[in-house]
Amino acid sequence: MRMNRTAGTICLAAALAFGVTACKKKTPITPPSAPITSAANTTDPNAGKLKPAILTFTVEPSSIERGQSATLRWSVSNANAVSIDNGIGEVQGAGTRRITPTESVTYTLTAAGPNGTVSGRTTVNVTGAAPTTNTRTGPTNLTEAVNTMLSDAMFDYDGNTIRADAQQALNKNADALKKIFTDFPTGSVIVEGHCDERGSAEYNLGLGDQRASSAKAYLVQLGVSGDRLKTVSYGKERPQCTEANDDCYQRNRRAHFSAGQ
Amino acid sequence: MVSSQIIRTLLFVSFSAATLSGQGNLIQSVISKTAGKPNLAVVDFRGTGAAQPLMNTFNGTLYSDLETSGLFTMVSKSFYPLQNPQRPEDLKPTSGQGMALADWAGTPVNANWLAFGYNSVQGGQLVLYGYLYDTSQKTAESAQAIGKRYFGSVDEGGARKVAHEFAADIISKFGGGSLIGSHIYFVRETGRVKEIWQMDYDGQNQKALTHSGSLSIMPAVSNDGSKLAYTSFASGTPKLSILSTESGRPLRFYNQEASLNATPSFSPDGATVYYSSSASGLPQIYAANLDGTNFRRVSVSKAIQVEPKVNPKGGVIAFVAGPGHQQIYRMNLEGADVERLTNGEGEASNPSWAPDGRLLLFAWTRGYSTGAFNIFLMDPSTREFDQLTSNAGRNENPSWAPDGRHIVFTSNRSGSFQIYSMLADGTQLQRLTSSGVNRSPVWGK
Repeated sequence: MRMNRTAGTICLAAALAFGVTACKKKTPITPPSAPITSAANTTDPNAGKLKPAILTFTVEPSSIERGQSATLRWSVSNANAVSIDNGIGEVQGAGTRRITPTESVTYTLTAAGPNGTVSGRTTVNVTGAAPTTNTRTGPTNLTEAVNTMLSDAMFDYDGNTIRADAQQALNKNADALKKIFTDFPTGSVIVEGHCDERGSAEYNLGLGDQRASSAKAYLVQLGVSGDRLKTVSYGKERPQCTEANDDCYQRNRRAHFSAGQ
Repeated sequence: MVSSQIIRTLLFVSFSAATLSGQGNLIQSVISKTAGKPNLAVVDFRGTGAAQPLMNTFNGTLYSDLETSGLFTMVSKSFYPLQNPQRPEDLKPTSGQGMALADWAGTPVNANWLAFGYNSVQGGQLVLYGYLYDTSQKTAESAQAIGKRYFGSVDEGGARKVAHEFAADIISKFGGGSLIGSHIYFVRETGRVKEIWQMDYDGQNQKALTHSGSLSIMPAVSNDGSKLAYTSFASGTPKLSILSTESGRPLRFYNQEASLNATPSFSPDGATVYYSSSASGLPQIYAANLDGTNFRRVSVSKAIQVEPKVNPKGGVIAFVAGPGHQQIYRMNLEGADVERLTNGEGEASNPSWAPDGRLLLFAWTRGYSTGAFNIFLMDPSTREFDQLTSNAGRNENPSWAPDGRHIVFTSNRSGSFQIYSMLADGTQLQRLTSSGVNRSPVWGK
């Protein structure tokens, strides 16, 4: 489920960037490669007679440490269907694929043509400590991690004290931030201070600054790295709702978290 | 003769009119009420040749400038005689039809002053012949207070220019300051983007000064009108930016390290920028040179402080601060002698000193619900205040015009925030913007 959702997100992002046609297929994206050679080419008079052949099928390097990656390289002839197991699936007749196996693994390439099927194997040896149970299982990018794992801390009118419900939110955020900073070693997170629309824009800019720094101070006190938490005040310049009622006012009096660089 | 009449007019001003609320004494010290104002008649000017199509613009601009000056009682055109002079030589000793000054001085017109003239195109230029006559005089020679030519381009802009200049000369004769060439700078919101714009004081010639694609907000203009300071989010966090109003180009400004440098304003001599910075961890008042160097903390308090505004005559800074709900305070330039000016009721913001340094405009929710700001005027020496707006939406960011009589502010009385100007007594209200959402006006020379 997690993988599907991630793929869907990437697909959606690609769709937004390039138009919906980018997302018609769910097959893995393959690197550019040469077309399958003559077997499938009906204009070649010899096409029907040649058996498929594996010209190359290698992994370089053949031995890696856990966490490093290697490159699978293959090319076949006289085949119209080529696939590699261990989750790679259908591929072009020639190509490369970057792999990051966590354990030693043997890949099997199968090439099928009109005149038969052939398969070949190559093995990559993975050395190093056994994988910890803490390997990354969550979101695959910082923005998604911040958006799904961190919640807003809410404030009273004209106040910047961390009230009880904000403490609960920030306690959870502190744990989530520690995981995020482990999973994304170069990432930073922005603490945004926001205000409702009633005070003046100028004073609210100052108040939002204090809300952001109060939330940051609370998180740092819980052991979150202060160096990687930036603060910014948006005052009342970036409301998430604009209705003139108490519910909307409360929604806008918040410290909100967004992904930094 | 002419000047003595004007002096009489200015001296015998009535101070009895009532105002919106409060005592109204402050307002009347700025703007005299209708009684005692001279009656002014302004004929519809005609244009010859290529000037003719521009006369609607010309006449509208001239009438609006004179009316909104608040210095005159404008005589209704329905009282005018059938014939209107266009040139001095049109005037006759007696007429009964409008071609004699006595026709304008007598009932039903009862004009003290008559403005007339015409426009023509000469040598590719629009030329206005503008005249102002004292109708009480026996002869045309002694009656002439203004007789002058004004030059502009042969287009709507040229027609507005000559109308503004002629109006300014008339207003000047009656002690009013000139608004010629003054601009109003403001923030226009388009979607999630806010940019600084400028326009003429009558709302014409609106154009963007910043193109940040982000938040450019809270403008302040230097006393000489040459520089604009504002708060920019272009780099992600609020920082100060300064630009030349003439070229539109940014000027170098070093922002000290802080999560927030915001709400700038200029010292009266334009050499120092005052602003709010969180460099100490809490937004406090700082000052820096025009390029951001030599920054120094002015105030030391435990409350949020924003919007420092140095009195034009020097010595005092008005600003907005907590603790608790925001109020207007003042202090000296060393950050000492801190006093609260508003009485603690509601929330107060946006101090703006009058050009003479005597009175302070600001926005206040006193007497209304939270967030329902109205424009107020205060004499800080007595704490006496008057309320200038009421029952017309939320009204904020008042700023004095260079003439010390007009103000500009933002109001959502139409449903969206737009820029309005009016006399400081609340009369002569003019809506200046209609496109987009517009806020935070400041009026510069």
